[in-house]
Amino acid sequence: MQIVKSLHQWSRRKSPWIFFLNTGSCNGCDIELAPCLSPRYDIEQLGMLHTGSPKHADILLVTGPVCLPHIKPLLDIYDQIPHPKVVVAVGSCPASGDVFAGSPSVAAPLDRFIPVDVYVPGCPPRPQTIITGLCRASEILSEKSLQEERS
Amino acid sequence: MSGPLNSILAVLIWPGLIGGALVGWLLLWIQRKAIARGQGRRGPPFYQPFFDFVKLTGKEVVVPKNANRIAFYSLPVISLVAVTGAVTLLPFPGSPLQSFGGDLILMLFLLEVPLFINILAGHISHSLYAEVGASREAMVSFSFNLPFLAAVLTIPLQVGSFQLTNLADAPLTPVYALVALVFVLVLPAMLQMNPFSLPNAEQEIIEGPHMEYGGPLLALFHLSRALRLVALTGLFAILFMPRIRDPFLTAAGYLVVMIAVAGLLSVIAVATARSNIHRAFRFYWITGTFIAAVAIIVAVLG
Repeated sequence: MQIVKSLHQWSRRKSPWIFFLNTGSCNGCDIELAPCLSPRYDIEQLGMLHTGSPKHADILLVTGPVCLPHIKPLLDIYDQIPHPKVVVAVGSCPASGDVFAGSPSVAAPLDRFIPVDVYVPGCPPRPQTIITGLCRASEILSEKSLQEERS
Repeated sequence: MSGPLNSILAVLIWPGLIGGALVGWLLLWIQRKAIARGQGRRGPPFYQPFFDFVKLTGKEVVVPKNANRIAFYSLPVISLVAVTGAVTLLPFPGSPLQSFGGDLILMLFLLEVPLFINILAGHISHSLYAEVGASREAMVSFSFNLPFLAAVLTIPLQVGSFQLTNLADAPLTPVYALVALVFVLVLPAMLQMNPFSLPNAEQEIIEGPHMEYGGPLLALFHLSRALRLVALTGLFAILFMPRIRDPFLTAAGYLVVMIAVAGLLSVIAVATARSNIHRAFRFYWITGTFIAAVAIIVAVLG
């Protein structure tokens, strides 16, 4: 059983699949996310894949200051991702609200709603920073286990 | 060794589940790597399909609220069992299973099963995207099955046997070139790759029929796709590779042909954009069926 557990941990570090969620971002962070998939940065060489369905994902990558209409979809998508899962908040907006802090239509920070494991700072962060954050997230993912998460 | 033991060995180890999975992961990696290189990217390391599989087996299964639980859990298993059967029937060197008369027909049937499973999986998961994917899968399977079956059944017509070992031993004739051409034209639609990746079009309908599947069930679907790749490229190698006496050279030759076909599919996939259903129908029912009909006429007259 120990072998199976360590194999699962190893494989989680080697193959984290990512789901992008934009909660009302200005699109700056999303433009910086696109190069991560492109030839220059290609995160597929780290085993990461961009999935379209939250049911297939391991890492939820959130951008934006959590605008009020996005709260329900955010919680819904977080619940749809199967355990074990990790949340990465990209940019300053989900961490603090950034320039939108205090606005009546914004509900930042993100950790009021879901537990955040990794914050990637920057407005917007560079692709290298985002990839560093994703690598850190895959390490956190490998330390989590299905049994602990469920309880 | 007794008969049942041989069958169990063939199904579980070689050329069945474990051997087929290893070859299938190798072919999948070659395809992903070739597509990545074609797009100017680095691509995943060679162990990637294996780690993807292990990771998915260690995840939770989320069943949609209005889906039938028994059907939801059993469909991936049925798909995997059928494709494992198809791979087991391949008369690779070292296979403990005796080839029997009519195993080509059984294999063609078993290769169709995952298509029906995909259609059912899309409909029972009650997701809009999955249902669109399922209906596209049904339509695409209508389009490519006519030329595919017509072309592949030309070879038994010429050889006079439905047994795979006899077909592998038969001498190559000009008809084989036409049949191989139709086979390669049909493979992208059968394996859901560009230009006919309509059922799982990732930018339009996300993942198609497998959208609501996650965790171990998705792992079984991915494994059955890998085994299906082995079965189809293996069938191609058995039908179209010239006969070699030495079993080791035969095995090496089969592997080379399978890798070449998988690589060719990636090149086609990376060089083309996604087509639509009407073009798929026109292409397969006119071009594909015309070539297959010429092959049948040549086989009957020659």
